[in-house]
Amino acid sequence: MAAHFQYYSTEKVKDMNQESLGYIFINACLINNFVLAYFLGICPFLGVSGKMETATRMGGAVSFVMLISSMCAYGIHALLVAINAPFLQLISYIVVIASTVQLVEMFVKKMSPSLFRSLGIFLPLITTNCAILGLALFQTNKGYNFVESLVYALGAGAGFTLALVLIAGFREQLEFADVPKVIRGTVLTLMIAGILSLTFMGFSGLGS
Amino acid sequence: MSSQPQHSESTKAIPSSTDEFIKGLWKENPVFVQVLGMCPVLAVSNTAENALAMGMATAFVLLMSNILVSMLRNFIPKEVRIASYILIIATFVTITDYTIQAISVELHKSLGAFISLIVVNCLILSRAEAFASKNTIGKSIMDALGMGAGFLFALFCLGAVREILGSGTFFGIALLPTEFQEWIIMILPAGGFFTLAAWLLIFNIIQQKKSKT
Repeated sequence: MAAHFQYYSTEKVKDMNQESLGYIFINACLINNFVLAYFLGICPFLGVSGKMETATRMGGAVSFVMLISSMCAYGIHALLVAINAPFLQLISYIVVIASTVQLVEMFVKKMSPSLFRSLGIFLPLITTNCAILGLALFQTNKGYNFVESLVYALGAGAGFTLALVLIAGFREQLEFADVPKVIRGTVLTLMIAGILSLTFMGFSGLGS
Repeated sequence: MSSQPQHSESTKAIPSSTDEFIKGLWKENPVFVQVLGMCPVLAVSNTAENALAMGMATAFVLLMSNILVSMLRNFIPKEVRIASYILIIATFVTITDYTIQAISVELHKSLGAFISLIVVNCLILSRAEAFASKNTIGKSIMDALGMGAGFLFALFCLGAVREILGSGTFFGIALLPTEFQEWIIMILPAGGFFTLAAWLLIFNIIQQKKSKT
């Protein structure tokens, strides 16, 4: 079953079939959902999925950062290939992501102080959201061109938001359920996530 | 960034270095208690071997970054501290990435992008921010060793369960009789969520019992 987990690396040598843009979007959003299939961005997924409103906003912020850092990652990759310094890839990606997050943080603080407060610690923590770095690394591995990268980032952002909103919906309903105390909190969220992940496996036939 | 999560480092009694170690292993176990660094925990714990390798890589990065952050804690300006920590961590992750590739290409393939993703493991950044930037090198080393061991322990718990139930093997050696029907779900992403939920539940029950007595 090791094959299942090799998709991170083997996709580098994928056959040169041109993937359609629609397929890239569906793939990032549903089939290989970043949260439920790749396990990226679990921290905010567990942390801010308590309320529907915060979840939506968090999803929006992450999608925005994803889009910008995907564009930057494309440029950086081209530059690093040109100067033949692949070992700088990780460091430069993370620096770009951190600065983007800082930018978004300042923007949100200025435009909507209430959103800034409700996101709290999770806004700066987008920097350490693996989904964003993961996106930059995957798109490089897959060798997407600029437009494909953008569509991939959009799909990943949409998928992240979708997973977050779904979980938040479940959790809001479960507030009223009589759940044993030991299971409350993370355990319950993880169980729901597991079931959602099973559900999302149903999408794996799409587009093939 | 003033609202960084404060862990209980600021307890009154000054803890000895062994306490720092034990703390990470059990009482403040990064995975089971603090619920930090979940992504690699879930993603690469499909076999015990992967889990062990990932745990060791993370522990190494944690140790080195804690040492360096602690050494530089008086030189890094407060405003750019997070960025500096991330740069330090990214450097060590790059080193680890190339080292693993040199040792075993196979292992590097099966861990894939998750080695690079150690950079964004919240556990490492949170130790740098909450502990190493405020404590001496000796203490930071003990803290990193404890947290690293705790992380390794948790990953191994998950990896062992998932491999035994999901493929009937342990470190690649067949363990269960051939009649055993593998639980395919355990090696799929969903199995990761369920196994972690089960372990957290066990931890919760233990802690609840403790607090009652």
